[in-house]
Amino acid sequence: MANYKALYQEVILDHNKKPRNYGTLENASHHAVGHNPLCGDHISVALNLDGESVCAIAFEGESCAICKASASMMTVAVKGKTHSDAEILIQEFLAMATGKLDLNSPNHIGRLAVFAGVCDLPTRVKCAILPWHTLHAAFNSVASASTEADADPMHAPIGNA
Amino acid sequence: MIAVQTALASPSLSAPVLRSSVLGVTTASWMPAMESFAPFDVERIRADFPILQLQIDGKPLVYLDNAASSQMPQPVIARLVRYQTAEHANIHRAVHYLSETATAEYEAARRKLQRFINAPDEREVIFTSGTTDAINLVMHGYGRKFIKAGDEIILTTLEHHSNIVPWQMLAEETGAQIRVVPINDAGELLIDEYENLFNERTKLVGVLHVSNALGTINPIKQMIAFAHDHGVRVLVDGAQAAPHLAVDVQDLDCDFYAFSGHKLCGPTGIGVLYGKADLLEKMQPFKGGGDMILSVSFEKTTYNTIPHKFEAGTPPIAAAIALGSAVDYLSAIGMDAIAAHEHALLSYATAQMVEMPGVRLIGTAKNKAAVISFTLDGVHPHDVGTLLNQEGIAVRTGHHCAQPVMTRFKVPATSRASFAFYNTLAEVDALVAGIRSVQKVFA
Repeated sequence: MANYKALYQEVILDHNKKPRNYGTLENASHHAVGHNPLCGDHISVALNLDGESVCAIAFEGESCAICKASASMMTVAVKGKTHSDAEILIQEFLAMATGKLDLNSPNHIGRLAVFAGVCDLPTRVKCAILPWHTLHAAFNSVASASTEADADPMHAPIGNA
Repeated sequence: MIAVQTALASPSLSAPVLRSSVLGVTTASWMPAMESFAPFDVERIRADFPILQLQIDGKPLVYLDNAASSQMPQPVIARLVRYQTAEHANIHRAVHYLSETATAEYEAARRKLQRFINAPDEREVIFTSGTTDAINLVMHGYGRKFIKAGDEIILTTLEHHSNIVPWQMLAEETGAQIRVVPINDAGELLIDEYENLFNERTKLVGVLHVSNALGTINPIKQMIAFAHDHGVRVLVDGAQAAPHLAVDVQDLDCDFYAFSGHKLCGPTGIGVLYGKADLLEKMQPFKGGGDMILSVSFEKTTYNTIPHKFEAGTPPIAAAIALGSAVDYLSAIGMDAIAAHEHALLSYATAQMVEMPGVRLIGTAKNKAAVISFTLDGVHPHDVGTLLNQEGIAVRTGHHCAQPVMTRFKVPATSRASFAFYNTLAEVDALVAGIRSVQKVFA
């Protein structure tokens, strides 16, 4: 059955406990705040572009372990990358989280593959992708991102009571 | 097969003395009370629920999300099958055998629901699609006709969004104002504050009987009496009360009482609005269509009598009949016995969880239904939910459609275990062990 057992692995728990690049960024050139209205989680991503290259990036917010670890590992992965390479990674991560990426074909996912199992947990996909939506919004100077946005590949109402 | 121990056989029951008079159990301690409902055989009851035999990823299902939706026993499933197999047709229409049968069964279900809540008249029981639909019916049928600009509606901090948003929509439309009863740190309504909110502009009180997020049982009889002394009508959201307490709308003297079928061992898509007949007569219809009319012409339409005036279109006939079967099932067990068993589960779970380091209980009202909302230090509720799921334990995590409650307790979300009469003390133990293992993962 689901390989979500693998989801709470050491590396994710470690990034949750000791998030990298956590905090604010002075004089950020790009910034966005992402919300997950389903759970009230929010995350802000700030970065500085030096020409085409991400020279500094930071995030902060209130979120679950999956979201926080995803954000932490995202900042590590995109730091030093060009804007266009980061956008490619964003698309690959979104594809992986929604089960649409063939991990055996060439890709740039690397250690981020620890999040592959989230595609078996539809209600948790949004947790993993929120930081990536927010990064995309920051690049495009969109003031806020939301996993409920029309562009959200997992857009679907999730029940309540 | 799930390893279970019955409530009666459990050697580990050492629950504290808790107030229980509200649940109809008058004993001061739970041990004598346990003996007093000796006929309550949780194992026999569990055997009626096929879904409770499920394994989730190799682990026995421990279903503790009953406040969201409860499970359906075999007799109710069988009733649905029998209806679809041998009784189905549209109702209140044709003269053929199946239509007569379906109509008779549908109306018989209405009378079962009438008895379940002790409504004086079957015409006062309106089938809706659920509690939300029932509240919206009152908003459109009563609110839009009788509530005007400047009028005030009293709600409480504990309300589910379904008893907030319709009134906000009405307020926006009419210019009416919403006043909110605050709660204390235990999650109990501040009744003095409630009474102080009344003035000559107050037109309606909307209050839930039992809080879905915290389990608080509100003193609604007292609140209704106070409102009536001021000439104010009261709508009670009974979604969380009807499955767990004996509800008597005549004793409560409420003007409206709404509840859902799927929290009551019935199907989704069916619910009930009880309303006093004289009020229902004065109200305007909510939805227009077939069945809710006596005659239609392009010049003039005459509405049907109650309850049909509020049941436009073909209703969920099978669901209504199955809900009738569900309340028969619950009544056979006895709502007082159900309440007592669930309270024993609550006491047992609470006693263990208050002792656990890093566990914070949200909602510690003296009068509580079997709901435990909690947070774990350093662990987000969604992580709690996913990790408990790996142990086969189903809890709800999130804001429980009660964001004002979350805001009041300064938490974005909680984890919530909500019990039903088919839960066992062994399942409480599984929950406690599950929470410990979550804490270990995040240690």
